[in-house]
Amino acid sequence: MHPKRTDKIATGIIFCIVATVVLILAFLLGYILMNGVPDITWHFLTSQAQSFSAGGGIRDQLFNSLYLLILTLIISFPIAMGAGIYLAEYAKDNWITDIIRTSIEVLSSLPSVVVGLFGYLLLVNQLNFGFSILSGAIALTFFNLPLLTRNIEESLNSVPDLQKEAGTSLGLSDWKTITKIIIPEALPGILTGVILSSGRVFGEAAALIYTAGQSAPTVSYTNWNIFSSSSFLNPMRPAETLAVHIWKVNTEAVTPDAAAISAGSSAVLIIVILLFNLSARFIGNRIYKKMTAAK
Amino acid sequence: MKTYDFNDNYIIDIDAENAIETDNVQVSYGKNQAIFDTSLEFPRFKIISLIGASGSGKSTYLRCLNRMNDKIATVTGKIMYRNVDINDPKTNVYEVRKHIGMVFQRPNPFAKSIRENIQFALKENGIHDKNELEERLELSLQDAALWEEVKDELDTSALALSGGQQQRLCIARSIAMKPDILLLDEPASALDPISTSKIEDTVQLLSKNLTVIIVTHNMQQASRISDYTAFFHMGHIIEYNETRKIFTNPKIKATEDYISGDFG
Repeated sequence: MHPKRTDKIATGIIFCIVATVVLILAFLLGYILMNGVPDITWHFLTSQAQSFSAGGGIRDQLFNSLYLLILTLIISFPIAMGAGIYLAEYAKDNWITDIIRTSIEVLSSLPSVVVGLFGYLLLVNQLNFGFSILSGAIALTFFNLPLLTRNIEESLNSVPDLQKEAGTSLGLSDWKTITKIIIPEALPGILTGVILSSGRVFGEAAALIYTAGQSAPTVSYTNWNIFSSSSFLNPMRPAETLAVHIWKVNTEAVTPDAAAISAGSSAVLIIVILLFNLSARFIGNRIYKKMTAAK
Repeated sequence: MKTYDFNDNYIIDIDAENAIETDNVQVSYGKNQAIFDTSLEFPRFKIISLIGASGSGKSTYLRCLNRMNDKIATVTGKIMYRNVDINDPKTNVYEVRKHIGMVFQRPNPFAKSIRENIQFALKENGIHDKNELEERLELSLQDAALWEEVKDELDTSALALSGGQQQRLCIARSIAMKPDILLLDEPASALDPISTSKIEDTVQLLSKNLTVIIVTHNMQQASRISDYTAFFHMGHIIEYNETRKIFTNPKIKATEDYISGDFG
């Protein structure tokens, strides 16, 4: 066949495939937003969920999702950072490293419901954490850790080795070179990874149903004592998140406006995740410019 | 390629104060030996070129001189600097590298501002006096012939500079540490002729105050700028003599063949 014609056909096929992907995405997003956005009101965002009557909101669920996300990051980020630095900078090319990498890959492909059930057996039952934000955060850490570690490792590896040599040749220790030269340069990539994984964590339901629980007890947003069971900050209280709420409303809700709540919650979830993604780009670029003095 | 007798060599003793000398240095990567029994003396305030074909071991040898082969290769033998064997595992390598700086083949400025590129390592090494930092910044950039070009944009990213400017910045960054010896690993091989000649001028200027050991593929460069030249072949040092003599009247057949372009 004529090369020009082959090229045209190939371009056409690729274009069609891309268009299909974009259309599916646009349809899904559009459908969720169009159905849900009209249901989002100030009242919806700031009032408690109702079990039987109409007019319930998602205040607690939204807060729980964010709180759980923050706790998850507090636990998983330092671990992922340490593991990522080790794999990128210190690990020798041998069978131990291979095993570590394989384990991380296996862990990242674990179904989230398995993570949830594992968390249920270990954290909720065995360690007696009960259905709690802490159990949820640890389960989400299992779920989040592999991808975050991989992301940090890749971000660090994307900094050329020449930079490390430059630091070493100036009499700086490996640790100084890594913390002051390599990490700042990799920071935009790391940050993007953290925010993107936040989006995944934020939307996760299956791993939380068995760990953080499905109930949202009444909490007080003025009680700052984290040991008090009615405090909004208490990590040992059960906490239904937004994603779990959507699942629950759709499976067992008896409120007359269940469909609207589900649609509204889904839209809020999508919007928050979109905000995460957009801010990931924005903040990543800003920090890179600041770090590198690029105008 | 012809095979040469590696025992057939000609290495002069230089009757001068040495900046650094190596005594039976051998380097191996795992089971592969890259450098055999290399003993050389490098006189102070001179420019010494290391020449040889690709894979002859000249870069590997250069990297031994400030312990950049640590964790990469096994280096045995003695490297004497100021009466201290710096190849001893007990030596403080960080201290060694402050005295023996290095510039690499590809420019590798940090992703920071020009000012930070120079001052970062100084600050990390305990210099916090503002005047001192600014003075070193200006002096090192002047010595690297870069000051005039960048003095108005010291706070912009070093990555925005051209390749030649970046390489001169790397030289400035090294000399800001006030090293005794500067190791250059093919510093101009990625640069255009104009940048190359600027680097050569810089190197010649620098040799007033420090010893420069430069690895180069470019024999014209070696003959233009260096006082002494060492010819490496397959991990062996074949000939070491004054540059003028080595290029006009090489004593060993392998050297003669290399500089006349028979191989390499």
